[in-house]
Amino acid sequence: MAVVVEVKGLKKHFNGEVHAVDGVDLTTGEGEYLVLLGPSGCGKTTLLRTIAGLEEPTEGEVLIGGSVVNGLPPRARRIAMVFQSYALYPHKTVLQNITFPLKAEKLGREARLNKAQWAAGLLGIGHLLDRKPRHLSGGERQRVALARALVRDPSVFLLDEPLSNLDAKLRATARDELKLFQQDIGTTTIYVTHDQVEAMGLGDRIAVMYEGRVRQVGPPVEVYDDPADTFVATFIGSPPMNLVERGDQLVGFRPENFLPQAVVAGNGNRWSLPFHVHRVEHLSGDRHLYGTVPAGREHVRVIARLPATVTTPVDPDTTYEFAVHERHLRFFDRVSGERTAPRPVRD
Amino acid sequence: MALQRERVEPGTAGRKPEWERAGGVRAGVRPTLADREGVLAPLFLLPAVAYIVALVAIPFLLAIAFSFSDVTAGDPSFDWVGLRNYRRIFQDPVFWQSLRNTFVFTVVSMALTVVLAKALAMVLVADFRGKWVVRFLVLLPWTTPVALATIVWLYLLDSLYSPIDWMLRQIGLLDGNVFWLGRPGLAMVSVVLVHTWRIVPLAAVIIMAGLVAIPDEINDAAAIDGAGFWRKLTEVTLPLTMPVIAVAALLGAILTFTDMTVVYVLTRGGPTNATQVLPSWAFIRGIVGADLAQGAAIALFLFPLLLAAAVAILRAVRRMEVL
Amino acid sequence: MTAAGVELGDRARVEARRRHAARRRVLGRVGLYAVAVLAALAAAGPFLIGVVTALKQDADLYPGSANRVWFGMAPTVEHLRFLLDSTAFTTFAWNTLWVGALVVGITLLLSLPAAYSLARLDMPWAGPLGIAIFFVYLIPPTLLFVSLSRVVVELGLQDSTWSLVVIYPTITVPVSVWLLIGFLKGIPRDIEEQAMVDGYSRTGAFVRTVIPLAFPGIVAVVVFAFTLAAHEFIYALAFVSPTVEKPISVGVPTELVRGDVFFWQSLQAAAVFVAIPIAFVFNLFLERFISGFTMGAVKG
Repeated sequence: MAVVVEVKGLKKHFNGEVHAVDGVDLTTGEGEYLVLLGPSGCGKTTLLRTIAGLEEPTEGEVLIGGSVVNGLPPRARRIAMVFQSYALYPHKTVLQNITFPLKAEKLGREARLNKAQWAAGLLGIGHLLDRKPRHLSGGERQRVALARALVRDPSVFLLDEPLSNLDAKLRATARDELKLFQQDIGTTTIYVTHDQVEAMGLGDRIAVMYEGRVRQVGPPVEVYDDPADTFVATFIGSPPMNLVERGDQLVGFRPENFLPQAVVAGNGNRWSLPFHVHRVEHLSGDRHLYGTVPAGREHVRVIARLPATVTTPVDPDTTYEFAVHERHLRFFDRVSGERTAPRPVRD
Repeated sequence: MALQRERVEPGTAGRKPEWERAGGVRAGVRPTLADREGVLAPLFLLPAVAYIVALVAIPFLLAIAFSFSDVTAGDPSFDWVGLRNYRRIFQDPVFWQSLRNTFVFTVVSMALTVVLAKALAMVLVADFRGKWVVRFLVLLPWTTPVALATIVWLYLLDSLYSPIDWMLRQIGLLDGNVFWLGRPGLAMVSVVLVHTWRIVPLAAVIIMAGLVAIPDEINDAAAIDGAGFWRKLTEVTLPLTMPVIAVAALLGAILTFTDMTVVYVLTRGGPTNATQVLPSWAFIRGIVGADLAQGAAIALFLFPLLLAAAVAILRAVRRMEVL
Repeated sequence: MTAAGVELGDRARVEARRRHAARRRVLGRVGLYAVAVLAALAAAGPFLIGVVTALKQDADLYPGSANRVWFGMAPTVEHLRFLLDSTAFTTFAWNTLWVGALVVGITLLLSLPAAYSLARLDMPWAGPLGIAIFFVYLIPPTLLFVSLSRVVVELGLQDSTWSLVVIYPTITVPVSVWLLIGFLKGIPRDIEEQAMVDGYSRTGAFVRTVIPLAFPGIVAVVVFAFTLAAHEFIYALAFVSPTVEKPISVGVPTELVRGDVFFWQSLQAAAVFVAIPIAFVFNLFLERFISGFTMGAVKG
């Protein structure tokens, strides 16, 4: 069952002062995996909780499946939520944890058991049904939380940074499993994270949030290649996009597009800059070059990322001619940070 | 690294300790007693431990000794009399009455307390306007000195002046007076009432701490999982706060059965020892009656109860779920 | 598919559900306020009646009075004046104050180092000793007063308030140690270690860094210990008989009653006078007490 979640003009203020969510309009697709991405305090978790019904909006509407659900308690919204800490009931076994939501639906014991076992089987935890949460590993707990969410046949899955409590190695495989799981089930999913790698890997679309507002919504490639403002540009991508002043604009280019002039080919113009390299880092086969370029009267720090295929020798404390191809340049207004029309750059 | 030039004490001229000559760090600073942790730990503890041993452990042992003696305030000489005091106590119906009362009062008070305190704790945890005022008022029974709080009740339960009787008369439920403290059954009810009234705030505060310790996300999950008020209460909140409730109940029990003030001020144990409890009886025998030996013997019967309760508390604390 | 919740998409049903939910919320709030008000009345009602009674004229109090819960005649402060001028109330209050202050001082001197030792200086016997302290706390005055009365006589402090100064720490020290352990555990070790690197000895670091940082906790312990001392009844009753030596908790119940005559108004006034400030201060520190107790219970 795939429904559409819609948020219209949503605002949530705390104590009249803190504007956690400051006017958000968002519509998911059916069965879509939408990621809410942003730094701490940007409002993504508050937005999620408002959709869940754990918070009531100060202004605006939440619609699930076309109906306005403002004022409806969480359990009436047919949603399921997985929390950062998984929120498993510590005094109940895995089986009891999974069947807990089913009791509200007045299913008989037999039916509850069957459903729970189906969900457990789907997530590969059938052998853990008699254990208590404190005897489970992080990954196992996450699966129990998912099974508990699954069992309700929800119309929407809400996930609040469920991977942050796993150690780095586990996170990659968990991410993969999560994505496959969602594609199997087909339920509309809204996923909150501050980790842009996770967002890029999981989302069908990413909504980048900052200071209570959505800055840009779009598929990962779009958000990466065509950021709507300087915040998105510098938040997405590791290392972040370089921003250099030029007149009343900021010119942005990604580190992997900032290469030795000789290597930058292609028809059309390219923008050359003298790049003074301070430091070279070797990371996973790439070389990260840290240095400065002149911008107006000052020098701006930039980073270049040379893939292993570029073998040009580079030494620290030396200046080289680097360039960016015109098609990789992005232009932003210096004051507002918003994306503006491109200007030709003379080489 | 410059060496500090110390003033050479007369008589020590020429004698510089090795580590100073070596010219190392901070010459002139020697490890003193103030550093030696192996010594510091017991040293810091010593005053408190010595004091407690002197004024608690020793008197405790003394009490045991006294119970086997014939010490009175008038004749402080110590003579062994074996089990004579105990035999006398066992033959005294008032003793058995006190023992029974101690149990009954404690159990009934705690049963009432647990239910009322749990409800009160849930109220105090919620957010509402005037919360601070409510909290202040609700804590009054506990924070007021026992004797004074009991005095307030003494007036409320007085056979002539009782405002409670007056209110009941106004409503028409009553004709004449209820002798709250004059009739044995009612006197017992009164004592239990005052104990419960005093202890509920304390128990509520303890239970509050337990309620607050439940992570918010678990409450949120229960809301999402469809648990209404009662289901959440019985299936999530109560199981998770059980250990804390047990601690509160046990602590309250200890405070109730070791308390002599309420009974002493309210009824002096009357009418005719109907509300006598072990502590107040021990006091009346031991201090008022000046028979220290008997007083000690009676009081000592509290000890096994205490021990049982203490062990139970420790077990409950250990069982607090790792949340 | 399950039947719980709403088939979202059915507008009318959702609307009905929303109204239902709103109504339940209002009921819940009303219920909450009702219980809160009831609890406040049950707890403070006796004191409120006490306040009214304290200000009643004699004629308004004795049998035949028209109203027992409120004033039948104009209120009067004559009994308050009586309390303050003609009884030893002020003496009692003074006694409680200076005994309390001294007891608090002794308690801190004994408990602070002890708590530090148990909380920080990891000795293997720290755990069992902590439990031993807990057990000691549970030995009630009603067990000890008999033998302690002999000790008091031996010390020659019979019938003197000083006996209380000596004895009361037995009640305050175990609890204070427990509370202080909780507070000290909340202070990160780094700060002391920094002080030791900077040149202070363990003791110096304790005095200069830990004590200032634990100050809020220490204040809480001061309040708690003072409250315990002010509440104490049985030792005071057993050891002190001269009127001028009595603290408030014993003075009021015993001295404001002459034979069969209870000076009700003054009694109530005295009770309320003492109750309100203690409750007020206690309330201010409530959260701190809770955190100190719960931290003291967590091992390591």
